[in-house]
Order: sequence, then C-alpha cells, then structure tokens
Amino acid sequence: MRIVLNGEPRDAADNLLLSELLVSLQLDSSRVAVEVNEKIVPRARHATHSLKEGDRLEVVTFVGGG
Amino acid sequence: MPLDRYVRQMRYTNMGETGQLKLGASRALICGCGALGSVIANTLARAGVGRLRIVDRDFLELNNLQRQVLYDEPDVIAGLPKAVAAKAKLQQINSEIEVEAIVADLHAENIAGLLEGVDAILDGTDNFETRFLLNDASLRFNIPWVFGGCIGAEGQTMTIVPGMTPCFRCLIQEPPLPGSTPTCDTAGIVAPIVNVVASIQACEALKILSGNVAAVNRALTVLDLWDNRIRQVQLDSLRDSNSCPACQRREFSWLNRQRGSHSAVLCGRNAVQLTFSERSPIVLDQLAPRLAAAGRVEHNRYLLRFWIDDFVLTVFPDGRAIIGGTNDVAVARTLYAKYVGA
Repeated sequence: MRIVLNGEPRDAADNLLLSELLVSLQLDSSRVAVEVNEKIVPRARHATHSLKEGDRLEVVTFVGGG
Repeated sequence: MPLDRYVRQMRYTNMGETGQLKLGASRALICGCGALGSVIANTLARAGVGRLRIVDRDFLELNNLQRQVLYDEPDVIAGLPKAVAAKAKLQQINSEIEVEAIVADLHAENIAGLLEGVDAILDGTDNFETRFLLNDASLRFNIPWVFGGCIGAEGQTMTIVPGMTPCFRCLIQEPPLPGSTPTCDTAGIVAPIVNVVASIQACEALKILSGNVAAVNRALTVLDLWDNRIRQVQLDSLRDSNSCPACQRREFSWLNRQRGSHSAVLCGRNAVQLTFSERSPIVLDQLAPRLAAAGRVEHNRYLLRFWIDDFVLTVFPDGRAIIGGTNDVAVARTLYAKYVGA
C-alpha cells in the first residue's frame, strides 16, 4: 500500500503497525511524536495502531538547540 | 509608572490597559539567554514585563553574534557572561523594569529558588535534560512554561499550562539519546528560525502574563523555514491517554534527581561543562597567578579563561567550568583536576 510520510509518498506493507514502521525507520517510540491523518497517536497505541492505504503520517523528531 | 511607552500595545484590544498592568506586575524566568533567550528577553523587556530573571551558564563568543541578537562585539571582547551582558542591554532598552542576571547552570538543586515569585517560565535552553527538569518543576510548582527548540531552519514550540494542556512528557517520554539528534555543531542554524520560534514563545508569555491564559496555543507548532512547512500538531488526544508519568502520576524524576547528570557536553561548542554540588568557591584572583606559569590567563570578576595546549578552560567563581576543545567528559575532568584542582 502507499502512505505519505512527512510529505513524501512511500510503500508500506498492508496493515503495517505504527510501531513496526518506527522500528524500520530506526526511531524510538518514546522519543518521537507521531501524527496520523492530523491526529496524534498516543505512545501506548503505537504497537496496536495499524496503518491504512493513503494514511498521511507526520513523525516529529525533537530539536534541541536554543 | 507612566504607561506612555506601551500605548501601541495597550491599544491592541486583547491587551488593553488591564493586560499591561498585569504584565508590569509579573515576573518571567528566562532559562538560557543564547539565541532563543535573547529574542525572548528583548521582546518581554520592551513589552513591559515588570521583572525578568535571566539564568545562563555560558559566556559570549564571536560566533554567537550571528543569531544572539542582544549582544555586540564589545560584549565579546569584554569576555562577559551572557546573563550579565543581557542585563546591561535590557536595562538600556527599558530602565523601568527590573532585570536579574544569574550566571549559573540550572539544575535540580537551584530550580526551586529560581522559580520563587515566577509567573511564567521561558525555555531558551539548548538541551533536553534541562527541558525535562523544567517540565517537572512547572508541574510541581504549578507555573506554565513555554518550550522552544530549533536547529538548522527547523523549529518547534509548545506551551504547557499545568492542569490545562498536555505536558512535555505526554508528548515525548524520554530525552533523545545523546548524539542521536543533530546539534548546532553538526547541523548549523540560521537566525530566522530562532527569531520565529522565540517570538511565538514570547507571545505565549504575553498571553499568560497579561491574564489571557485561555488564549494560549494548545497545539505543538512545527516549522521549517527552508522547506516552507508550518504545521500545528493537535494534542487533544494526548489528554485522554492517562499514562503520563509526569503530569498524571506526578513522578518528577528530573526534579527528584533520579534522572539527569551534572556534566554535559555543550551543544555546538566542542566543550564540556563540569559542575560540582559540593565544591567550595574559587577566588579567581588567586587562581590566575597560579595558572599564569603554565599558559595564557585572562580574568574579570565573572570568569577566568586559561589556554593550555589545544584547550580553553573557563572557570567561574562557584567552581563550575567549561572545558573547550573536547567533547570527552573524562578529558575535561582530567584537565580540571590538573589545573584547577579536585
């Protein structure tokens, strides 16, 4: 299936879990915020949230400078 | 106190004279006065926030001037700590407000004292350990704080009002691993993102301090000025997931010193800060002649700088030191022990 990640279209396995996507991106669930279709998905639901065709994801990694 | 200088701000309906008077009676704590802190302090001083307390652990360097708008070349030449230079500049901008300059590292031992009488906390820090500490302290003492961070042309900001909004730890449970995120050193930074993020933070502070807390932004703002992306991430769904260790279970791991460390590699500096909770004060006038035999030394009443091999040691009267020329805490500790003493 196709999803859109941070504005870029990409392929993903059908029903891929959000937690699986983060692992494939080498991102730690506890250190990022993830929005699916403009709704933030609480961390506790990352492991059960399965992605659907056409989902638009935004993964926010935090920046620390100041 | 006459309010003439604020007439344009008071004409703005949501502020009015009522809001202005509240600003004048309020106190803000600005944590870190580098790039973000400079813009925040400048804006809040001009706006007439009655009392500014500025805490910063660092001193000025020439490469700060590209983005740290409160400072000039003479401040760098004078070797001033940022908090001291900031206070002098802010008092020229607005002599009717009170500005406190505190040259210190912000940590779990001193944060309660620094928060006395404070109505809003502004984040101008450069690291996540301190932000998690600010989040704990904000919740523990029921004081709103405004997170801000930037790197490259990218920035983020979020306002945390205890009891009203999700907290920082609802959003991100663990600080990024050291070395896992880009720093000013590796990714660089362009000044406009600083000014945008800090201006949003300052406006959030104006809302809180003028009695308009209901107007604060409930979303996380994420910006990239180079890729032209500006987004509001809605955080409502975080409020009903009751699992946050900080704002739900009130486990303040950073405030209670179960988390966080005393030594830190400074963002973008190729430098390590060493702090000591038990150390007795250092008399810089006595240390200077002792070190002069080994290398070049300069000092003023706020700090001493000592050049040895490829390193620069900056020592403060409270015993704190910034060791430039290394990112290795062990190397920094060795140099400190060798020249300043354990």
